[in-house]
Amino acid sequence: MDWIQILSNTASSILSPATIGYALAALGLAVHFGYAGLLNMGIAGFMAIGAYGYAISVLSFDLPWWLAAIIGLAASAVFALILGVPTLRLRGDYLAIVTIAAAEVVRLLFLTTAFDDVTGSADGLSGYHGSFREANLLPEGTYGIGPWTYSANDWWVRILGLVTLAIAVFVVWTLMRSPWGRVLKGIREDEDAVRALGKNAFSYKLQALVLGGVLAAAGGIVYALPSAVSPGVYVTSLTFFVWTALLLGGAATVFGPLLGSLIFWVLQTFLSNFLPALVQAGVLPFMTQIQAGTLRFILVGVALMLLVIFMPQGILGNKKELTFVK
Amino acid sequence: MRSPSPVVVHPPGRMIRLLGVILAVTAAMLGVFALSASPAMAAEGDPYRISGNVQLDGEPLEGVELVIDGPGGKQTVETDENGQWRVSVPEKDEYTVTLDEDTLPEGIAVVDPEDDSPNEKEVTVGAGGRVSVNFFIGEGERNVTSIWDQFVQRTVQGLNFGLMLALAAIGLSLVFGTTGISNFAHGEMVTFGAVAASFLVSAGSMALPLWIGLPLAVVLSAGLGLVLDMGLWRPLRRKRVGVVQLMIVSIGLSLAMRYTYQFFIGGGTTQLPYASAPKLSFGPVQLSWIDIASILISIVVIVGFALWLTRSRLGKATRAISDNPSLASASGIDVDYVVRVVWIIAGGLAGLAGVLYAYYRPGIKWDMGAQILLLMFAAVTLGGLGTAFGALIGSLIVGVIVEVSGLWIPDDLKYAGALVILIVILLFRPQGILGRRERIG
Repeated sequence: MDWIQILSNTASSILSPATIGYALAALGLAVHFGYAGLLNMGIAGFMAIGAYGYAISVLSFDLPWWLAAIIGLAASAVFALILGVPTLRLRGDYLAIVTIAAAEVVRLLFLTTAFDDVTGSADGLSGYHGSFREANLLPEGTYGIGPWTYSANDWWVRILGLVTLAIAVFVVWTLMRSPWGRVLKGIREDEDAVRALGKNAFSYKLQALVLGGVLAAAGGIVYALPSAVSPGVYVTSLTFFVWTALLLGGAATVFGPLLGSLIFWVLQTFLSNFLPALVQAGVLPFMTQIQAGTLRFILVGVALMLLVIFMPQGILGNKKELTFVK
Repeated sequence: MRSPSPVVVHPPGRMIRLLGVILAVTAAMLGVFALSASPAMAAEGDPYRISGNVQLDGEPLEGVELVIDGPGGKQTVETDENGQWRVSVPEKDEYTVTLDEDTLPEGIAVVDPEDDSPNEKEVTVGAGGRVSVNFFIGEGERNVTSIWDQFVQRTVQGLNFGLMLALAAIGLSLVFGTTGISNFAHGEMVTFGAVAASFLVSAGSMALPLWIGLPLAVVLSAGLGLVLDMGLWRPLRRKRVGVVQLMIVSIGLSLAMRYTYQFFIGGGTTQLPYASAPKLSFGPVQLSWIDIASILISIVVIVGFALWLTRSRLGKATRAISDNPSLASASGIDVDYVVRVVWIIAGGLAGLAGVLYAYYRPGIKWDMGAQILLLMFAAVTLGGLGTAFGALIGSLIVGVIVEVSGLWIPDDLKYAGALVILIVILLFRPQGILGRRERIG
């Protein structure tokens, strides 16, 4: 068994665009669920709109990458408004069903062959790296040490991803300490009480939905930046994985989503290297390498159940500030 | 035979880029054609080849006529006993291949949702000099079928699908009504029925006869409901875990079960016996005996269930708990026992739906239940969360909408249509058709 390779891949995933993308999406979900108490089960839809908005803007309209990214974020904000205006008055589990259905509709619209020219249907989109890589400030070459050795283009994705994440964390951290954030948490705990104080709860929830949606779209863009946009990514499983990452770190915290995504991806990468290696070494004679790859998703499901039952506040969360109030 | 056109047709994009070249080539060709007395005829000795394969579900179709038109003239060819055909053509150029649908067997057509005339294809003989053309052949409506006949056929299909969906949705609705769980793992309970059936009746494993194997699969599914209640949901009820937490637990359970199926049966699709039974015609409607059996079984089970729910003591207790759990408990109903029965019934109905869905799709796949989970939610919400009869009506509406909407929107968007309706319904009547207003809270 090649331990060096396994550990190197695992360590490398700490800085992978997937981890950063998940962290941004989970942070958005923290705004939705952790702070505003909105059961958004359609985070994959927000990520898809961000990624497709970016890719389509570059490929179909020849826009520069930064404008394309802004369009991706704006499209997600519009989606949040369209989704939020009619549904935010609904009770929690209704909202969950509506958001998961809306995310599926979004995915099916990107998947259908009817818009093949724009969306690439089942093949997805790729080849939108031109202007993004031209804007790279790093000269050609490879940089870094040990497992974190990447090419200039790979570093460019990671640097921009980390900068975006830092800005997002700062914004959420500041907002949640502001009066606005306190009202939001108040709505989560007791909407009627906040309304009795004269606050427009609906408007606050809508603002939270838009803010979280934009963060999730940023996560979708970072996730798609290094390679391609594929409709097979934005399935409901993606939503559930982001939820797992969020609940692992702590829903009502700013750094919980980051920690959760990090642990999620480090474990995923480790298992995806370690389990097939075990099979190859003959330690797990009753399964094939493909089955070993599937096993880690089973473990995600089991982990999600155990988390919610035994540690609903997550690693960084405060047990007194349980978000499952209703 | 038509004389060949001397003008070379290129796509417009290339036209602009290669304008000069093309002009020169065209002029040269005009000269060549002017010189040669006889038109270039397609012959066996021609250097380039267009070929293809006509198959239906892997079975070759013999004697299907195809017409290939383009430079070198029109050629007609029939498929051989292996379903293969080939023609030789003189030019590397564009050809039109038309499949004569009248020579296909009854009820079979070339299907391609993207294309208005799917039996006609443009091909370009490229640099390799060889090109193959394949048509999507399937059971479908030919363009000659009137829209009304298609409507009737799709409505009947939709009712079949809706009844099957109802079996699953009733369980989902009952569980929600009695325990408050929005059970995202219900799709996996549907898949379980199909996987169990496959295990019991497939030639490769137990190979039981259908009449033992399929009911046994339903019994096993009911057992799954019991096991889940005893092993997971009852302890959580004891722990007084909130409904939102329960919902997320069910999501985790759904992931774990779904990937467990993939672990054991892989990512491919397997079929139950008789999955491709021949279709019988009833006027415009085409159904196989499997479809008819599926409809009859669904109706019998649903009627039986309705009688149980309205007439039996246990059924009445179930409705009482759906209405008000604390009051039901206070009036001496053993809530825990009734909820366990509800889980058993929900599991059994979901398993039956899974078996029928495996025939309807057709095929068994690890995520088949997850594919219709949202349609079940749509059906349940449409009818009114927590009401069993609402789930039935909602399912029938969703089933018919999914199938009939395929007449106007691409087939790969038909599920999206039903989900949009779910969202719209929640906007205007969130309590559903049969629900009461107070439930939305």
